[in-house]
Amino acid sequence: MSETIDEVATAGPRPTAKRLTRGQLVLRRFLRNKGAVFGLVIIAVLVLVAIFGEYILPWRYDVKDRNAYYAPPDGIHWFGTTQSGGDVLALTVRGLGKSLIIGFAVAIIQTSLAAIIGSSAAYLGGWYEKAWLWVIDLMLVLPSFFLIAIMTTGGPKGPNAWMLLVVLLAAFGWQLSARVVRSLSLSVKEREYVAAARFMGLSTPRLLLRHIVPNIASMLIVDVCLGVGYAILGEAGLSYFGFGVQAPDTSLGTMIAEGAQSTTIAPWIFLTPASLLVLLVMCVNAVGDGLRDALDPGSMSGGRA
Amino acid sequence: MARLYVVHHTTTDPEGAPVGKYLLRRLLNYVVLLFIAVSLAWLLAQTQLEPRMLYKQRNPPLSPQSIDALLRRANVSETQPLIQRYLTWLVGDAEHPQFGVLTQFNWGTSPQGGFVNEEIARRIWVSFRLVTLGWILGTVIGVGLGAWTATRQYRVSDRVVTAFALLLVATPSYVTGEVAKMLATSANQRLGYQFFLFLGEKSTGTLPDYPLAELIDRAQHLLLPTVVLTLLGMAGLSRLQRGLMLDALGSDFVRTARAKGLRENKAVMKHALRTALIPTGTYFAFQAAALFTGATFTERIFSFHGMGMYGVDTISKQDVNGVVAVTAFGGLCYLVGAILADIMVAVLDPRVRLS
Repeated sequence: MSETIDEVATAGPRPTAKRLTRGQLVLRRFLRNKGAVFGLVIIAVLVLVAIFGEYILPWRYDVKDRNAYYAPPDGIHWFGTTQSGGDVLALTVRGLGKSLIIGFAVAIIQTSLAAIIGSSAAYLGGWYEKAWLWVIDLMLVLPSFFLIAIMTTGGPKGPNAWMLLVVLLAAFGWQLSARVVRSLSLSVKEREYVAAARFMGLSTPRLLLRHIVPNIASMLIVDVCLGVGYAILGEAGLSYFGFGVQAPDTSLGTMIAEGAQSTTIAPWIFLTPASLLVLLVMCVNAVGDGLRDALDPGSMSGGRA
Repeated sequence: MARLYVVHHTTTDPEGAPVGKYLLRRLLNYVVLLFIAVSLAWLLAQTQLEPRMLYKQRNPPLSPQSIDALLRRANVSETQPLIQRYLTWLVGDAEHPQFGVLTQFNWGTSPQGGFVNEEIARRIWVSFRLVTLGWILGTVIGVGLGAWTATRQYRVSDRVVTAFALLLVATPSYVTGEVAKMLATSANQRLGYQFFLFLGEKSTGTLPDYPLAELIDRAQHLLLPTVVLTLLGMAGLSRLQRGLMLDALGSDFVRTARAKGLRENKAVMKHALRTALIPTGTYFAFQAAALFTGATFTERIFSFHGMGMYGVDTISKQDVNGVVAVTAFGGLCYLVGAILADIMVAVLDPRVRLS
């Protein structure tokens, strides 16, 4: 991508305007997209709330108010209480924190896996590439939702069980991205500077990380962003059926599952975490779309760059 | 769910073999892939699930010998070596006449003794009745909306549809479903009559006495799940189709078609839409996989006892043979989708058709 921009800038007569670096260009294009900027601001606010909410909010997530069971939203409990008298806002903020950690951790792990596997398969070729393509096909055939559910059911329980969930969601999330990384790396591999680096005796891992992966960075950044939304929804879906984050710990999915049982008498228990989940995923997707348009102005689907 | 990658297939053989032979070879490859995938799922379920737990909680307590006998009957006793259990599962033996996936396509029994095959044969049709209408409606409306909004980029209609689609893409099916249920409940209260029905496939009591009562009752039960599934399918597809259509509309061959004096409508429909439909065909086919297992949430919310809920129930009940069968079914759906995608591309893409 950077290559085309440089070519355009140097081929014609020198523009009189100040020359922008690639980073400045991308930032400018991103800031022009109001939805993406709005999404980024909301995510930042949500992250801050998740970190510092405990100290600001009037109630703690593990305190039960014995005077208020199924209390509707009022001045004392801003978003009402649950069946056992827990404060819905405090629980939702706690769940939001867990969902955010899981979302970002899964996205970063799975994109890293995709980058390493995809680029090395393209670069090394031969049986190594064939083997990985076969593994990708195999893992795509299996319905990941049920396999993850089997493993979390039989896996360890306890306060750190959510880490297993992160590993499993990442393990079943990298395949499609790895395919895209591979096909992009195949063209990068043919460039002269890659050959030059190889003849200079650079080791394969170094060559991949220094010369191939940076050239597909824009795709990887977008992939992390969209992966966050995928992971948050995946975790919430598993937790909704009781296969994800387990009580006493809570996540947005766990909260939604609990609230769904009492939508007729206490809709606030369901509506609060559900709207927060939708808001969060919408913002993450908006930022992902905005980044893609900013990094890849050639795509018409993003609109005017 | 939220990720819309277009899976690129290498549709022409390097040697340029005809499409039929090429499809046949892919089919064979898929069958081998499915067999290994299901075997892996079996291994996972056997080692991770603990059916022994079910019997330990029994009251009055069972003796260890009788527990083991029960586990052996379902071929899930960890006292037997894994390889022996695998062979029993594959081909059956004298002790397990109800086993043998390869020899008699029999998927075994649950720890409680029910036959997996019977359960699945019933549930496949429940799933089928639940998802078919929503799938078709979602696809047709989604493609239509996407293509239409692409021709009206940045107008009010495009912005409204886009905002609505972005909201729906970010909303998981259980939230959409629950909200639909809440709205339906309040609508029923206002009407003073149970118009929206959402518990199961049909009413359990006696039906009112008018012609086609049973059919109308079923349609009423199907209405809300179909709306939810349509919205879900429509949202993602309209985004995908809009992007593809925009790319096609901006391409040289559509401009050439217009420059030659083709009417706007014809240029859009015949040249742009046709090209833009190729990746959608792939996506549509692959949705077949997500169709049955992805409807698990919808099944749960509207109390349909289909394949998805069978998967969830079998995992909760430590039913190894049941969950392996569900996994195999999911894999089969995926492969049918993959083959459909290959055929779709062959039909729609002129480069493949003519080679």
